[in-house]
Amino acid sequence: MRYLPKSPAERLTMLADIGAQSIDDLFAVIPAEYRLTRDLDVPRQQAESEIIDYFRAAGQKNATDYASFLGAGAYRHYRPVIIDSLVQRGEFLTSYTPYQAEITQGTLQAIFEFQTMIAELTGMDVANASMYDGSTGAAEAVMMAVRVTGRSQAVVATTVHPEYREVLATYAKHQQIPTALAGYDPKAGRIDLAALDAAVTHETAAVLVQSPNFFGIVEDIPAIAAIAHAKGALLIVSIAEAVSLGVVAPPVDADIVTMEAQSFGVALSYGGPFCGVIAVKEQYLRQMPGRLAGQTVDRDGNRGFVLTLATREQHIRREKATSNICTNQALVALMATIFLTVYGKEGIRELAEHNLAKAAYAAQTLSSQPGAKLLFSGAPRFHEFVLQTEEAPASWSKRLLDNKIVGGIELSRWYPELGNATLWCATEMVTRQQIDTAAKVLASAPVEA
Amino acid sequence: MTSEKNIHDSSTHTAATIGKVRPHQTQNEGLVFEKSSPGKRGYKLQPLDVPAVDAAALLGKSYRTQSAELPELSEIEIIRHFTRLSTWNYAIDLGMYPLGSCTMKYNPRVNEFVARIEGLAEAHPYRPDSLSQGILDVVELLQRCLLEITGMDAITLQPAAGAHGEFTGILLVRAWHESQGNARRKVLIPDSAHGTNPATAAICGYQVENLKSNALGGIDLEALARQVDEDTAALMLTNPSTLGVFENEIHKIADILHAKGALLYMDGANMNALVGKVRPGDFGVDVMHLNLHKTFSTPHGGGGPGSGPVACKAFLEPFLPTPVLVQGKDGAKHWNYDRPQSVGRVRAFYGNVGMFIRALAYILANGPDGLRQTTEDAVLNANYIRHKLKGLYDLPYQTPSMHEVVFSDKRQAAQGVKTGDIAKRLIDYGFHPYTVSFPLIVHGALMIEPTESESVEELNLFIDAMRAIAKEVEETPELVKSAPHSTRVSRLDEVQAARKPILRWKPAK
Repeated sequence: MRYLPKSPAERLTMLADIGAQSIDDLFAVIPAEYRLTRDLDVPRQQAESEIIDYFRAAGQKNATDYASFLGAGAYRHYRPVIIDSLVQRGEFLTSYTPYQAEITQGTLQAIFEFQTMIAELTGMDVANASMYDGSTGAAEAVMMAVRVTGRSQAVVATTVHPEYREVLATYAKHQQIPTALAGYDPKAGRIDLAALDAAVTHETAAVLVQSPNFFGIVEDIPAIAAIAHAKGALLIVSIAEAVSLGVVAPPVDADIVTMEAQSFGVALSYGGPFCGVIAVKEQYLRQMPGRLAGQTVDRDGNRGFVLTLATREQHIRREKATSNICTNQALVALMATIFLTVYGKEGIRELAEHNLAKAAYAAQTLSSQPGAKLLFSGAPRFHEFVLQTEEAPASWSKRLLDNKIVGGIELSRWYPELGNATLWCATEMVTRQQIDTAAKVLASAPVEA
Repeated sequence: MTSEKNIHDSSTHTAATIGKVRPHQTQNEGLVFEKSSPGKRGYKLQPLDVPAVDAAALLGKSYRTQSAELPELSEIEIIRHFTRLSTWNYAIDLGMYPLGSCTMKYNPRVNEFVARIEGLAEAHPYRPDSLSQGILDVVELLQRCLLEITGMDAITLQPAAGAHGEFTGILLVRAWHESQGNARRKVLIPDSAHGTNPATAAICGYQVENLKSNALGGIDLEALARQVDEDTAALMLTNPSTLGVFENEIHKIADILHAKGALLYMDGANMNALVGKVRPGDFGVDVMHLNLHKTFSTPHGGGGPGSGPVACKAFLEPFLPTPVLVQGKDGAKHWNYDRPQSVGRVRAFYGNVGMFIRALAYILANGPDGLRQTTEDAVLNANYIRHKLKGLYDLPYQTPSMHEVVFSDKRQAAQGVKTGDIAKRLIDYGFHPYTVSFPLIVHGALMIEPTESESVEELNLFIDAMRAIAKEVEETPELVKSAPHSTRVSRLDEVQAARKPILRWKPAK
């Protein structure tokens, strides 16, 4: 086996050295009736070339040459080549969590830089070293707010990503955190502030909203914050599209920001691995879950970094920890750090502006086709928009697929009240030509009989 | 060669070899923000092919007026910055990384290659199932392989890491008990368990009851029988235990639990000792998680991403997180969301799919014979280290070792040298330390897991280093207590870091 660095003779010598007759001696402790005496029924050992052939075939079966208008929590942005060059350096790729600081300064400094960039982008004081993803980050943020406030209820906007809400429901159920929903204004596509105000009580630990929300619309964070804070609740803002922060005001009125950083140079990879983040106001630091890198000095006064404030974590506090999280998304956070370094202060804004322009053009072009209408047209958007069509989406999306275009995703599975509404996304990766073609195909509805 | 210092002098420089290492230059490098200057660029966007927009007008008061202070660097500076940082890390690619319980094995590069194949890496999670059959085939084959390896009946790949898998597994336990009319109140956890186990039970709404290990470091059957009652939901058991010891009365453990209607949860962190030799599903486990980043070679990446599939017996299948992968009559695969008894979703989308690809590539590279040989080599390596070091370091439990061996610092502590000091001194010999001070049932633990990826030569160098350190403890204990001596930074002040936390860079005022 090509990964195993031993010859048969070396194995025998080692066994003799330790006084074993055969390798089976070392497994004798396993009761005989449970020992596996046959080969596992898995595919036979393959050559590297066969493995590549297998996955290439799978990739081709997936189909690659489609234009895509899919977003909804997973976004296709350009990934600069140096991201993969750098994260594939073995010193990053094959290193463990940096508990031994003297020989993991590279990972630790990179985490410190990541924390700084996330704090800068979100307008929070501190950010952690990452969470699993945006959905679990949102759930952890709600649990954190419960600890901070000593209250036990949450109010969640229906415009938060439906799968994030499902994950939160799974966590909240066993934490005994009842959650109330706050709906959206059917005209604006934004959270209904009056409904929110009615839902928030003095028992509310947290209000969770997403901005840009699931419809791509930027929420009125200062107004929402005022409602939450008036009743002593914390405001948690979830951000599923991190690139929006290049041009959308950071949610500085929030107490906790939880973000999915996939857009920062992380491949879609059918939904994971992505990179969650929690960033908070300083006073809530000690209730924050997840690892943190901090700056310190060594005995000679050199600057260095260590994992710190571990007394919040499971390996110290066990059942009293702030979370059971252990592994995070370090290598993916490194991708994001490199991405943000490549684009930098000006680039992230320019990139966000390109996304804004593409989506504005796509929304305008698609919604001016006969039978199509832009929903929530008056509200500020980033790069997603909701299109309503007279024709059923199932019918036109088939036509688009025939033209190698994946159109917007149907919203009725989560928002039945929206009927034939679909959610479209246009990042910088979408071309004008693709938008024009999609519009043309959309318009070419078969003549009704 | 010897492990003693071997000084090489020449007229121009002095380079001392210790063990397998000799110092070399590393570059200094500031924070990326300190290298920034306005106007430098590391990117170029392609020309906009649609009309530009006035962002401030479109966004109104939601427009960002002040840009985030991100660094501005050219591409070569970015490459040098992160490359220099990387050279400050130790890694499996540089040498043995014997962190007990972490399974720091070789991460095959073909795994990285195939995970980046265009049709897989660029697949959007909401693309139609008709365009996703390739990736669904991969998911299905991995599920089948993991079920065969574990001997279980059903599986979800959704959990993002080991602790997330524990959470999912205990939710299955809870949902099943609820379906029987009573969720029950407590989960039993041995005192040798990982910290994630009690933390998980707590977030699933269970009280944690500690189970004291017996004199052999294993489950005390009598204590277990006393503590298991009608209020016990499950026992969370790591097998082999964190001592690297196989619970050879595992079937009795399962019987005691099952007699009271409680379930056996297995933490699969140490599955690297079992693959191809014995299957948890065959010895009474009801539900377990795997760590693809341990047993199945997906890279640790400095702390993640991981992946924590959960496998269970058929009676728990209705409770698996939504969605589950199913195959239609036409052979096409799709996700099924109609799961009324499900515990719900534990993560958006379907899990860390990029890790599934890597894990499957690893299984294919091994095949049944390779997987078995891997396990045998892992156990052989641990026992080889145990045999060679047991005369110098205290072995608190004499029970046979599987894939890892746990010593204590009892002898060295008599000289005032602790496990943490020995660990730091190992760095000077060119090794990453073992796991320090865990499991908690061993005072001053040295937890060593070599994995199968080490050659005899590397193992011998490690053993030489441990012997040399044992000698240093006797002769020059201060040398060990002040280690490491060869790293870029010496021991860092963790107290200061925690007392006045500096968690981000700020520009000088």
